[in-house]
Formats: sequence, C-alpha cells, structure tokens
Amino acid sequence: MAAAKKSAKKTAKKATAKKAVASKAAKKNTATKAKASAAKTSATKSKRNMDDVVFEARDLRIHAIRDDGSELPIVKGVDFKVRRGEVVALIGESGSGKTTISLSALGYCKPGLQFAGGEALLMGENVIGKTTEELRESRGEKVAYLAQSAAATFNPSILINEQVTEAPVLHGTKTQEEADAKALQLYKALELPDPENIGSRYPHQVSGGQLQRLMAAMALCGEPDLLVLDEPTTALDVTTQIEVLKAFKGVIKEEGAAAIYVTHDLAVVAQIADHIVVLYNGEIKEAGPVDTIINSPQHPYTKRLMAAIKPLPEAGQGDGSSDDYLKDAPVLEVKDIDAGYGKSSDGKPKVMVLKDVNVAIERGKTVGIIGESGCGKSTLARVFAGLLPPSEGEIMLDGQGLAPDLKDRSREELKKIQFVYQMADTALNPRQQIKDILGRPVEFYSGLSGKQRRDRVNELLEMVELPLAFADRYPHELSGGQKQRVNLARALAADPEVVLCDEVTSALDTIVGANVIELLKGLRKKTGVSYVFISHDLSTVASFADEIVVLYAGRVAEQGPTDQVLSPPYHPYTRLLVSSVPEARVGWLEDTMARQESTAGIAGQVQLTEVGCPFFERCPLAIKGTCDTTNPPQRVDKNKHVIECHRELSELGG
Amino acid sequence: MTQLILKRLGIGLVTVLAVSLIIFFGTKILPGDAAQIRLGQSATPENVAAFRARLGLDQPYIVQYLAWLKNFIQGDLGTSLASDVPISSLIADRYHNTVIVSLLTAAIGVPISLGLGILAAMYPGTVYDRFLTLISVSLVAAPEFFTATLLVIFFVFVLDIGNAIVVGSTEGKGLFELIDHFALPITTLCFVIASQLIRMSRAAVLNVMSSPYIEMAILKGVSRRRIIFRHALLNAIGPIVNVVALNLAYLVTGVIVVEVYFGYNGLATLIVQGVQTRDYVLIQGLGMIFCLTYVILMLIADIAAYASNARLRHPK
Repeated sequence: MAAAKKSAKKTAKKATAKKAVASKAAKKNTATKAKASAAKTSATKSKRNMDDVVFEARDLRIHAIRDDGSELPIVKGVDFKVRRGEVVALIGESGSGKTTISLSALGYCKPGLQFAGGEALLMGENVIGKTTEELRESRGEKVAYLAQSAAATFNPSILINEQVTEAPVLHGTKTQEEADAKALQLYKALELPDPENIGSRYPHQVSGGQLQRLMAAMALCGEPDLLVLDEPTTALDVTTQIEVLKAFKGVIKEEGAAAIYVTHDLAVVAQIADHIVVLYNGEIKEAGPVDTIINSPQHPYTKRLMAAIKPLPEAGQGDGSSDDYLKDAPVLEVKDIDAGYGKSSDGKPKVMVLKDVNVAIERGKTVGIIGESGCGKSTLARVFAGLLPPSEGEIMLDGQGLAPDLKDRSREELKKIQFVYQMADTALNPRQQIKDILGRPVEFYSGLSGKQRRDRVNELLEMVELPLAFADRYPHELSGGQKQRVNLARALAADPEVVLCDEVTSALDTIVGANVIELLKGLRKKTGVSYVFISHDLSTVASFADEIVVLYAGRVAEQGPTDQVLSPPYHPYTRLLVSSVPEARVGWLEDTMARQESTAGIAGQVQLTEVGCPFFERCPLAIKGTCDTTNPPQRVDKNKHVIECHRELSELGG
Repeated sequence: MTQLILKRLGIGLVTVLAVSLIIFFGTKILPGDAAQIRLGQSATPENVAAFRARLGLDQPYIVQYLAWLKNFIQGDLGTSLASDVPISSLIADRYHNTVIVSLLTAAIGVPISLGLGILAAMYPGTVYDRFLTLISVSLVAAPEFFTATLLVIFFVFVLDIGNAIVVGSTEGKGLFELIDHFALPITTLCFVIASQLIRMSRAAVLNVMSSPYIEMAILKGVSRRRIIFRHALLNAIGPIVNVVALNLAYLVTGVIVVEVYFGYNGLATLIVQGVQTRDYVLIQGLGMIFCLTYVILMLIADIAAYASNARLRHPK
C-alpha cells in the first residue's frame, strides 16, 4: 500500500515537472503577450525566497457598531507577524475575535464592524483605510481567503473551474490557459478524483470534502503570498479532515505561501501551524512556537484550552450510567429496519439509506450513533421519531408495537419520544420569548395553564441550569450554549422517556459542549431519561454513551457496549474512525498518514450496496471475491458486541 | 429537468381545466336566462324554449360544459348573446390594442425597472437607493387613475404635447408611431409595473448579495459589476421572472382603469361590458383567455427559473 502511494506520488511529480516544462515553452512562444505577467511572476518568485514578513498586525483594533450607534471593542490592540513560509494559527473560542482579525489581512470587516485603529500591513502596505477599489488589487492576488463552509462559498450557478481560476484571470496575473493549467496542477496535488474533468462540474455535483479541497485550489490558483484559512476543516468528518489537512499542508509547503490558520481545535493546530497566537476576548493571551504552546502552555487560558481538548476515544472513559431505571423491555427498540427516501414502483424506497438496523435503547441509558456524514445517522433518528416510516421492520415502545408514522401515534406516545436538533439557532422561534417556547409544549402535552404552566417553565429552566429570568428573553439574547439548553428544555417539557439528540454539541465550542454533555448526564441520572446521541464526534460519544452503533453506508458495521467497541477487536471501519481523531501532538499527522491503512471515503459518495460489504473499497483487510459479493456475517464477541465482517475476530485484533 | 417541465405542464393543464369548470358553472349560477336576455322581455315562452333548444341550453349542464370546452379547444368561442356576432371577432380588434399596449409596456418598462432595481441593489443605503425606494413605494400607493391624471396634466397641459385620450386607429402604423399613439397609457402602465419590479428585483439581488459566495467573490477581488452580473444575477433570476410574468399577465387582463381613462378599447373593458350586458358567452370566452394568459406566462417563468438553476439542469 505504502509503496503504491509512493509510486503514485512519483508519477504525479513527474507530471508536474512536465507541465512546468510545457508551460515554459508556451511562455516563450507568446513572449510578447506574456512579458508583463512573466515579469510579475518572477518578481513574486524572487520575493518568495526572502525571509520577509508577509503580514503584520500592529495594535489592531476593531469595533462593532451597535444599533444605537455606540461602539463595542471586539479586537483590542493585537500585534503579530506572519513570515514567508510560515503558518500562524489564531486560536480561541467563538467570540475571541479570531475570524475578525484574520479578515483584516484582506482589509475586510464583516457588516456591522469597523476598523478602529492600528495597522494591518500586507507586504508592508497598510490595508486599513484603503478603498474597495484599491483593495481589489491585493485581494485574490496577494492574499486569498478560505472559508469554513465550502458548500456555501462556491456559487451554485457557476462551473467550478471558472470560480477557481477567476481571481488570477481577473487580476491579469495569468491568462485563462495559464490559470487552467495551474488549477489542474492543484487538483492533482490536492488528490482530487478525475482532475481533468472535475472543474467542468457544478459545486453540487461533488462531495463536501472535495469542495473543501477545491476551495483550497481556488485560493492557491493566484499564487497568493498569504492564505487566510478560517476553520477549513471544522465541518468535516475526521476521516476527511485528515485528508484535507494533509493536502493543505503539502500544498502550503510546495507553494511556499504564508498562512493564517483560524481554528478552535488545538489538535488540528498542532498538525499544521508553526506559530500559535492564543486569543481571548479580542486580546492576545499568549503567542509562540507551536511546540512551546502545546507542550508547555504558560497562560491560564491556554492551559484551560489544553485541558478542554477532548480525550481520545478510548475504552473506559464513560462514568457509567445507573442501572436503577432498567426494566424488562427496552424503552425504545427498532428491529430489522430498512428505510429510505422516495418511492419506487415496487413499494420500496428509491434511495435506500438504512438496511437491517437493530437498536435497543434501555431506560436511563445512552446509545451513541456514529459514522461519517451521509451514513444514515440522522435518518435513523427520523425513523425513531416517526418522521420517516421505515419500509421494513418494526418499532417498539416499552415492548409494545409503535406506529411507524408520526400521524398514527397517540399524544401519549408522541410525548415519550422527543427530538433535539443540532442548530438551536434555527430550531427556536426568534419571535417568541423563552417562556412561550417552553410553555407551548407544556400546555400541549400536560394541559397546564396559568400559574402551573409558569411553574413548570421555571422548573424546566432549573433543570437545564438556566436562570429563571431567562423566561422573558428572546433567543437572540442568549449565547449558543444557552440556546442549546433551551432547545433541550423544550424537549424535556414533554417529560419524555427518550430524547433523540442529533449532533447537539457539534456547533458548540469544546468547553460549552462539554458542559451540555455534563447536563445531559445529570438529567439521565436524575430522571432516568434515555438518549439516542447522534454525533460524528467520537470523543464525545465515548465519554457519554453506554452503547455505540457504528453505521457505515446505512448498515451497522459494529455495535456493542462502548468499552468493547472502542477496544480491539475492531471493525476495520471503526479502527479508521478511531485512529483519525487528531491528537494534540506535533507530528501526529505524519505518523498517522504513514500508519493509516484504510483510505478516506472522499473519492466518491458512499452508497449502500445490496450485496457485499459497503466498506469493501476502502478496507485494508478486504478479501476480493468474498467481501464484494456476499453480505458479511455477524461475528459476536463477548457482551453482545457484534462486528459485521468476513474476517474472524482474531484477525480483527481480538 | 425534462420530467420537471412535463410535470409543470401537467399542473398547468389541470389548472386550466379547473378554471374552465369554475368559469362555466360560475356563469350558470348567475341570475337570468340566456335565451330570455337575448330575446328580450316581450318574447313568448315558445320562442324562448325554441331558442334554448337551438343554443343547446336544454341539455344537462355537463353536456353543455363538454360541448363548450370542445368548441373552445377548437377555437370557437361561440356567439355573443348581446350582439349576435362571433365572440372571436368581438375580441379580435380589442386583442390587437391590448397586445400592442402590453408588449410595448413590457419592452420599455421591464428592462428599465429591472435595471433600476439592480442598480439600487448594487448601492444599497445610498441616496440613490433611498430615493428610488421612496419613488417606488409612492407609486405602489398611487392608484392608476391618479398616475394617469398626473401624466396628463404634465404632458398635455404643461408641456402641451400629445392628446389626453387615444385617438384614431392603429392601422398601418410602425413601431414608433404606435408608441406615439399609445404614449400616455404606456407611460402610465410603465409606472404601475415599475414599482413592483424595482422593489422585487432589488430585494432578490440584495438577498443573494448577502450570501457567503458573494462575500467570497468580494474577497477574491472581483469587481462590483462582475459580482452583480456574473455571480448574483444568475441566482436571482427565479424570483425576478416570476414577478415579471405576474406583471405581464396583469397588463393583459387588469388594465381596465387605464383603458377607460384613455378611451381605447381593450380586453379588460370588453369583459366589463360582457358583465353589464349579461353576455355570459363573452364572459366565458374572455375568462378562459385570461386564465390561459396567466397559466402560460407563469409556466414560462417557472421553466426559466428551472433553467437558471444549475442543480436542476445538472442533477448529480
């Protein structure tokens, strides 16, 4: 495997070399036309070799303008430098001003903000106070920006290649042909599938991980001196993140660019940064080389950030839930569920998403559902909730059959299963006060009104550890973590037996998210409520779930008690997931890339297959002729730990 | 995509059929007997009965409906009860006027309004934008006869050019002569449609302008003009064509005040005449024509919106 990779790299390098020769020849031919641009390129190239400062913030101050016209300092005098060939990470929680600072390199302030002082020197020139027209020259040419969500950053109506090559062509640094050649070279360097043709697709026709790398190509196509990367891997699965990080790192090195890397994830920072700037509330708390900050943080805030790094998903972390609430029958159970979307002529779903899924949720316990995006996690939650009736199989509540469709469930049944969505922002009505958001389900499910209703709302606020005064507030007056608590309280208003939590901590900062998990644990202990906890974040699931279900392409790859799933024997997919969670250790990325056997699934969309193991193409242990043609058998380890694999348990590290 | 268009066509067809049912049975509920109306109060019951039989009015409603629908599909709109001439010939010269006025209004008013709206979206919050918003809101609030009166006062009485009403025939006139002929109704209607078009195109473009990919384009150093015309407009086409289509349909069917004010004969006045003379055959025919106008224009708008959407044009 490793050898194959090496040779692949070699051919790629050869191809690049050939391209360089070809482009040189082409340049000679069109000497007159290319003179200006050639002069420009050589000028940048020579600059590139110098060990100079690409960007410097000097006493940078940025204020927010409130509705009443008063100003609120957001960035309070920040100084740092980015040298050529260097990656400087800005880290901090949300609200620390890290994105705002990074955008100052482009002379850009988000709407509602304005520069209030200091300098932002890009290649020695202050970009603050320049007009948009003046800034246009440097944007996309000297400095390029990579946003968190590539899906939102690409224009849905324009072909990818035009968007990738737009900046250098518009700025006149490259002709369309040169830009196309550069884009192709980048597609190859970023290991995108079908590099010759991927540019002539629309953004919706490629996967999220691919789009994220295409955005890197877009930023790099103009060969900028400075890259600004704003949480470019935060929204990705760990397996995809690893690939994207590797691609970024390689390309930054190869192009000799400097970069500002904005993130809240110290583990990611450790892989990619040379220097770290720790921000809190718009001020620098600590700054220094990556080794120093990671290994011996000085400032208490940095120490707190280090402490908040989630432990690796390993066995033996969960603090165990109580068995006091257990009953004979599980509170909620699905048996042999098939589900999907659309309807074909034979009555089966057009697109199958789940196949042969069995999950039982015991009282007072938590089942974690993990897997990469698109594996069917949320669909499973929708099946539980009755939002998507399964095409096969049955749903049981307290040992009794439960109607598959929400419409056919009684109010009492509806009450017992509640859903908490990922985005509290969109799930809470912005025009309702918290007391109404919580009061409505209280009234609907328990028929309380007047003082009783108010008391119940207060009780709910206490349960989620929010001050009672919050009852009179609107959602936008709350922080992200507080909103998520209200979101949870709304589900609790029904006094449910099972709460379906769909990525409830994914949009939150590490520390805030950890507090929400603590709250969930406390409620579980106190009230005996059960959770279905859906997340792509293995570390969180490991610290919280009693049982884990690993989904891959709609099939259960592995399932069992948390400690068993997170220790050998592993399904090869589980092993890939576990080993892809980054450690806050310099050099981890390189070590893992060298060791990693499985390949990430970004090359193509993972599809549920009728026969055979869907993980076949990515699996290092795949047996050709068996794994792709027959469904894997269930191998049962101790304690109901089940692995669906053609390999024996002993071969899986058991 | 093709499937989507076919489905949309199907929905259009169902809409037309549903409206035809409503029109036909709606006119049947109206008081008064068609034969009685046609023959007058002095007609003998025998004459009325004979006439009813001749028109097929003694048949069950459903048979009458099917016969009427079949005739309509074949282009036969029936004979007017009030004047005993074929409906199609009644409509013909009216249609001529209406088509000329709406086409010219659309050709002049739509590009100008969209241009102004997009320009406002390019410079939101500026004096120009505020001024335009003020004007377009005022125009929304002003009834047609008021706008028309102001225009007449300004052009006819102050500047002393043109006539306060439309005079003469359109026969043998070229494009510019036609514009001159209908100058005031066209200007009035341009103002009427402009307000909505300006506000909607501004809103549609502004909505797109706040999306992350526009921010990205700004950060790539793309010029404002290119951002609007290459990045934003493509994504704003859907809502804009819908408003354009609705306004065009209004130009064909709803401009009664303007027709009466400027004294020319169009379809909108014709249907009012039909109601006044209880000429239900005329009402049915015109109702169907108006319905078809709406359905076809909305169909074109929807197909244009589909075509501008890359996701629909190129599914995964």
